[in-house]
Order: sequence, then C-alpha cells, then structure tokens
Amino acid sequence: MAKRIDIKGLNLYYGRFHAVDNVTLSIPPRNVTAFIGPSGCGKSTVLRSLNRMHEVIPGATVDGKVLLDGEDIYDAGVDPVEVRRTIGMVFQRPNPFPTMSIRDNVVAGLKLAGVRSKSRLEEVCERSLRGANLWEEVKDRLDRPGGGLSGGQQQRLCIARAIAVQPDVLLMDEPCSALDPISTLAIEDLITELKKDYTIVIVTHNMQQAARVSDMTAFFNLSGVGRPGQLVEADDTEKIFSNPGKKETEDYISGRFG
Amino acid sequence: MIGAMSDPLGNSLPARRPTVRRPGDTIFQFLTTASGLAIVLSIVLIGVFLLLKAVPSLAADQANFLLSPNFVTTGGKLAFGIRDLFVVTVLSSVFALVIAMPVAMGIALFLTQYAPRQLARPFAYIVDLLAAVPSVVFGLWGIKVFGPVLEPLERWLNGNLGWFPLFANGNVSISGGGTIFTAGVVLAVMLLPIITSVSREVFQQTPTMQIEGALALGATRWEMIRTTVIPFGRSGYIAASMLGLGRALGETVAVLIILRSAPEPSRISLFDGGYTFASKIASAASEFTEALPTGAYISAGLVLFVLTFVVNAIARWIAGGRVHRP
Ligand SMILES: Nc1ncnc2c1ncn2[C@@H]1O[C@H](COP(=O)(O)OP(=O)(O)OP(=O)(O)O)[C@@H](O)[C@H]1O
Ligand SMILES: [Mg+2]
Repeated sequence: MAKRIDIKGLNLYYGRFHAVDNVTLSIPPRNVTAFIGPSGCGKSTVLRSLNRMHEVIPGATVDGKVLLDGEDIYDAGVDPVEVRRTIGMVFQRPNPFPTMSIRDNVVAGLKLAGVRSKSRLEEVCERSLRGANLWEEVKDRLDRPGGGLSGGQQQRLCIARAIAVQPDVLLMDEPCSALDPISTLAIEDLITELKKDYTIVIVTHNMQQAARVSDMTAFFNLSGVGRPGQLVEADDTEKIFSNPGKKETEDYISGRFG
Repeated sequence: MIGAMSDPLGNSLPARRPTVRRPGDTIFQFLTTASGLAIVLSIVLIGVFLLLKAVPSLAADQANFLLSPNFVTTGGKLAFGIRDLFVVTVLSSVFALVIAMPVAMGIALFLTQYAPRQLARPFAYIVDLLAAVPSVVFGLWGIKVFGPVLEPLERWLNGNLGWFPLFANGNVSISGGGTIFTAGVVLAVMLLPIITSVSREVFQQTPTMQIEGALALGATRWEMIRTTVIPFGRSGYIAASMLGLGRALGETVAVLIILRSAPEPSRISLFDGGYTFASKIASAASEFTEALPTGAYISAGLVLFVLTFVVNAIARWIAGGRVHRP
C-alpha cells in the first residue's frame, strides 16, 4: 500500500503534438500532492500518464520513466491493466456505470479482479462507501442504479469505486469542479482521511483547495501557445504558497497571471 | 392538457399556464403534426384495404385459415390456410436472426473498438454496401452458389443431429440446398448491414468517460466493452435486430428463388422447403384477376402485416424499456 512515485524525464505527446516537456518529480507516499497551473499546461496529461491512461487516447505516446516504488510502469513487461488496478483514478466529471446498481458500481473493480465471494463483496462495498462518506446516504438503496444519485453523491460513489480495490495510489483530476461547496468540503475531508493509507495526487484549479488539502504542490506552466507544458517547480505546499522559488509561481498564485 | 395533471406518485401538479406562442412554432407544429398523422392514416388505410378485400374470401374459405397447411385457390375451390406460410416465414427469419445477431455484434464491436481507424472506414463501407445488393442477386447467388456450398453442412447436421426436430428430415430433398436453412443463411447476410450499421452507431456513442472509467478500474479491453459499451448500446442493438427481423419476415424475391416448393406439409424442420407469406403472394401475382382468390392472398398478406407490426412493437417495447429507466 501507499507507494512512492518518481517521474523521470517524462515527455508526453498527442500524435505529433508535444504536450508536456521533460517532467521530473518525486511524489512521496502517504501524502497529498497537488498539481496546479493554467488551463492547457498538461496537468491532466501528466496525471493520466501515471496510471497509463494516457496511451488509451489514439496516437498518444509516452517517453520517459514513471517509477512506482522503483519499478518502471512503462517497462516492456508491465501489463497496463495491472498498473491501473494498483493506481486508481477519479475523474473530473463523475462517471459511475449508469445502469449498474450502486453496489455493483462499488465492487466493479473487485469483480474485474476476479473476487466472487458474496460476503467479501458485501463487506468491501460497505467499507468503501463508509470510506467515501456515502454509506449513510445510500445504505437503503444499494440496488438502485448509480446514475440516479446527485452529482456530489456520484462523485463520492466514484471515489468509493476507486478505493474499493485498495489501490496503492489514488489520482484525482479536479474531483470537485462539478460540486457544490458542501460536497467539496466533504471530499476534501475525505482526501485528508484517505492520505493515511494512500498516495494521493490531485489536480485542482482552486488555490485554496490546494492549500487546504495538499502537503506538496507542483506548479506547471506553458511558455507559450502551442509550446509544451512544463513543470516549473514543486515543493512543500506551505513554501509554494508563502515563498515560492520562482517568480512565475508567485505571479500565478497571487492571480497576476492570465 | 387542460386541468390538473399528476406526477407518478399521484400528487397533483399545477396546470400549464397560457403563454405567448410564436407563429413560426405554430406553423411548424402544424406541419410536423400533419406529417405524423399522414403516416398513421396511411397505415390505417392499408389495414382497412387489406381487411375489406380479405373478408369475403375468408368467409368462402373451406379450410381452417389458421391451421390448414394447404393453400388452394384454383379450380373454383377456395381452401386455404396459412399454417405452413407462417412456419416457413418465422423459421427462416428467426434462423437468419440467430445467425446475424452475434455476427453483427462482432462486426460492430470490431469496427468501433478494435479496428484501427484506417481499416474501420473501408470495412464499414463494405458492410454497408451489402445493403445495396438487390435481393434478386442474393437469391440467385443463394441457390446457384451458396446452396451447393451449404449442402454438405446441411447433410452433416441432418445425419448427426437429426434427432433435434429442427434438423430432422424436411419435406424437400437437401440436394442443391433449396431449404429454409439456405434461405436463412442468405437472409442473415442480407440482415448484416442493417443490424451492423445501427449497432455500430450506438456503440460508437458510448461516452468516453464511461470507457475511461472502466479502463481506469483495471478492466481489460473486453471487460470494458462488457461493462460499458454493450450495456450502453444494448437497446439500440436489440431494436436494430428487430428491424432486421421485420425485413427478413417480408423478404420476397430471394426466398422465392431459393426455396424449393414442397409436395407435403411442413415438418417444422430447417430442411423444409415451401413458401413464406411474401414469396407465396409474389409467386401468385400473375393470378390476381378474380376477387376471391386474390382475397385469399390478401388475407395472408394481412397476417404478415400483423406479424411485422407485432415484431416492431416488441422492438419498441424492449428499446424503450431500457432507455427510459433511470
Ligand atoms: N485527447 C487529446 N488530443 C490531443 N491533444 C490533447 C488531448 N488532450 C489534451 N490535449 C492537449 O494537451 C495539452 C495539455 O492538456 P491537458 O488536458 O493536460 O491540460 P490541463 O492542464 O489539464 O488543462 P485544464 O486545466 O484545462 O484541464 C493541451 O494543449 C491540450 O490541447
Ligand atoms: Mg485537465
């Protein structure tokens, strides 16, 4: 559980388009790392490369290394399906399987991994829903379709689904951007709770959120339109927000950028 | 829409308030309503026409219309029944569907999920092109080329699985392949483009978010397809298949050319020959001079009409039931 990630010389492409240039970054375990930066600078692209979701897009390619506790997830012998089982992901817009029941949504990953025992599925379902702070709201309607929940509930269902398989790392791409402030707080509390067990990487456009939940912050930027995005700096969140190393970072954080 | 409405729980909802209507909307609404009505009206008119022509012949029918396997309308005698027409029609169409459905799903999934883009386009185009082949060509190909090819398979099935009623000896000889089996396989090829193109369309529309959700959970490609693409496209796929079934039930020339006419009543085997509703009617088209014999064929046409209607209704019910449930 909770492994560290070392990104080394990572370059990401969409066909010919060079989207992210030469990122090197270490993400410590049992920590929340926030990715911040202007739109289009490649935060989602980098995040998706951490569980090999980048290559799902036709034409998208990866160059460089991503080490999970020292082992390169892009090694020739590594099965991307296995990587995604150990590195979970929560997307910007909630995407539960709409026709599946709430219960089946939560245990979908376990079923994919071949777990069949009813009692075990039942137990994991409850534990994950409690973990995602959703149990009380849905315990009486576990057989209803996941598509019938509110947006915030759906997002927490997706978090439950992601933690049900007990991944080593949890990646979250703007998980609160479609949510109201109360659901947002609930999810932030949840993230703080989850970091005891997981390595968490979160992309956010919300500076307060980055400051509230993360231990480390990585700032990405674009040097110009059509140019690849790059990592400007990464450091303790406190330091980035109080005394960043680069002027660019300070400008962005204080709102003097775009 | 006047007066209080109620929601599904029975609570009354306030009535809709009067509001400003734009002339464009009114005209457009009139036009669309009129076209809708025109369709309904023409269907009703066709039904009424068939019924009016059929009733006198049905009254003069000396055989049981539903249960008699014979269709005699010549020599001043009227003794016709649709049992065999029904059996041959349903057997050939359902057999065609049983073959076409999985193959069409396979092709649609291949084209949308597996095939590289450069290959998917021309391949899809070729499948669509099948729909442009005239049915008479399918018929000729079926009896001259494909029937003889299928013959050994038919013989094998008949010889080894003959205990299964559908593979038992039929009422025509298998040699040459003029059987329901051959007709069904040819019909299946004719259905492929219909079912494939609609299924391809719906599978294609599976939201990327869903697909990525499944993949990010560690689903393999096939597991992803099973958990997202197929559930998403299921109702469209079933509706497309029913559309195809409707087409198969009404297919005329190809079946007419392929099926051998049978001396005996149907044995409800795939190795039967005989006529479907449509091929029977077409085969007699030159005799439609006297009212009563013509009416006999029209009665058969009416049954086909109802059958097709029922199939479509079922398709709608299946498709609707899946789509509208929350
Ligand atoms: N599927 C794709 N195909 C081609 N180019 C893409 C694709 N997805 C992203 N890009 C490009 O890659 C660059 C980085 O995009 P990315 O989505 O990673 O940005 P981001 O930092 O997450 O932005 P935002 O904050 O708006 O989500 C952009 O220039 C974008 O246009
Ligand atoms: Mg993004």
